[in-house]
Amino acid sequence: MNIPTHLKYTKSHEWVKLEEDGTATTGITNHAQELLGDMVFVEIPQVGRILKQGEECAVVESVKAAADVYAPISGEVITINPELESAPEKINEDSYSAWLYKLKPSNIEDLNDLLDSAAYQKILDSETH
Amino acid sequence: MKTTSLNQVHRDMNAKMVDFGGWDMPLHYGSQLDEHHKVRKDAGMFDVSHMLAVDIKGEGTRDFLRQLVANNVDKLTQPGKALYTCMLNPEGGVIDDLIIYFLSESWFRMVVNAGTSDKDVSWIQAQRDKHSPELKITPRRDLSMIAVQGPNARAKVWQVIPGAQTATEDLKLFQSIMYEKYFIARTGYTGEDGFEITLPERDAKQFWNSLNAAGVSPAGLGARDTLRLEAGMNLYGQDMDETTSPLESGLSWTVDLKSERNFIGKEALLKTEAKYQLFGLLLLDRGVLRSHQKISIQQNSGESAGEITSGGFSPTLNSSIALARLPIQVSIGDEVQVLIRDKALRARVVKYPFVRNGKSLI
Repeated sequence: MNIPTHLKYTKSHEWVKLEEDGTATTGITNHAQELLGDMVFVEIPQVGRILKQGEECAVVESVKAAADVYAPISGEVITINPELESAPEKINEDSYSAWLYKLKPSNIEDLNDLLDSAAYQKILDSETH
Repeated sequence: MKTTSLNQVHRDMNAKMVDFGGWDMPLHYGSQLDEHHKVRKDAGMFDVSHMLAVDIKGEGTRDFLRQLVANNVDKLTQPGKALYTCMLNPEGGVIDDLIIYFLSESWFRMVVNAGTSDKDVSWIQAQRDKHSPELKITPRRDLSMIAVQGPNARAKVWQVIPGAQTATEDLKLFQSIMYEKYFIARTGYTGEDGFEITLPERDAKQFWNSLNAAGVSPAGLGARDTLRLEAGMNLYGQDMDETTSPLESGLSWTVDLKSERNFIGKEALLKTEAKYQLFGLLLLDRGVLRSHQKISIQQNSGESAGEITSGGFSPTLNSSIALARLPIQVSIGDEVQVLIRDKALRARVVKYPFVRNGKSLI
């Protein structure tokens, strides 16, 4: 199972990385892309949108299904990954480098609500058994 | 969960398995898109053993089928010829869609869908008991079915079954032949050339592995669905079911209302006027069409006039397509709106099939 230890996770299969400049990069986990299969469409929130933790903010669609993506922490969207519009399959290739958007956290404490890799691993174990 | 004789083979090939109407079947073997393209450009194979062959034997079989199904079995004049048809209930709803193979005057074979097979067999037996008690009806769960599809499919089958080339190279579309232990039909569900091959269950694994060694890639139900959607072929349970008329499901061409012959459902079909039809949709905006999304035909009204019955991403066209049940007043070329989540996306009404023999028709 591919769960990098330097990231934080949500139960709904998003990952977050807190960058040195204080911004946060987010995407979906390897488990999520595996479940969905070949990606064909990604809808990312617009730059400037203010997200509340847990809010539906993006959609990833594979050949099989559409899945909602939730904001792992609150904040303002500051950049979106421009590659994904034309190449959603990047998420299948490596879902941890194919980030969806970066945000400026409005409440850094939100990160405390997230899971570390071991806790996320436990969630996956309980889903598959 | 029910399994086919190839279940372990799929697992050994790293298939992602899913529950498909009670059957444990391969969804894909890694990438559904790769499998799709392989079928369009070369050759792929599908385990379709969850579908059921039903043999009907006896002198009066043709007469029995004349009233059992909506298409006219009198079109089957040459042994080996196949016919696609619906089997209707008395209300004119579709019990199942199926293929009938004419093997001899006393032997016809039907191939029915997996999810409907129990209900189909009960229905056929009940009709038999009523009208033709002398006929023998045999569900053939002892047989496996493998569909080999793609421009190179036939050539690869010929590599694997010695002597099959001579026996099958003159088969036209919708013709079949018994060759040794194989029942080989030039039919399919992908819009590509190829064969559907029925063989004894015990021989399926070896045949599958030989095809694989000859360069035929396994393809799962995921690719099967995108291929059939591009080919504009109906899927039972999505595009039609017991509550929908074949005349409102893009299947008028399979219903014979011209001959004098009476068949189950005919009276109901003649009494009701078709108000809807299936149309093809091509999404103009970015997104993916999915079944049950509502369609608005008046700009910005937000009012639903119909819905998508089958939708998805077309790997060949690299855009999203769908079949949708819409009022018959809709015309090819019209622009409609698809209500997806909180948005109304633009789609064009197009003729389907979308893709045939590897080429876009859009």
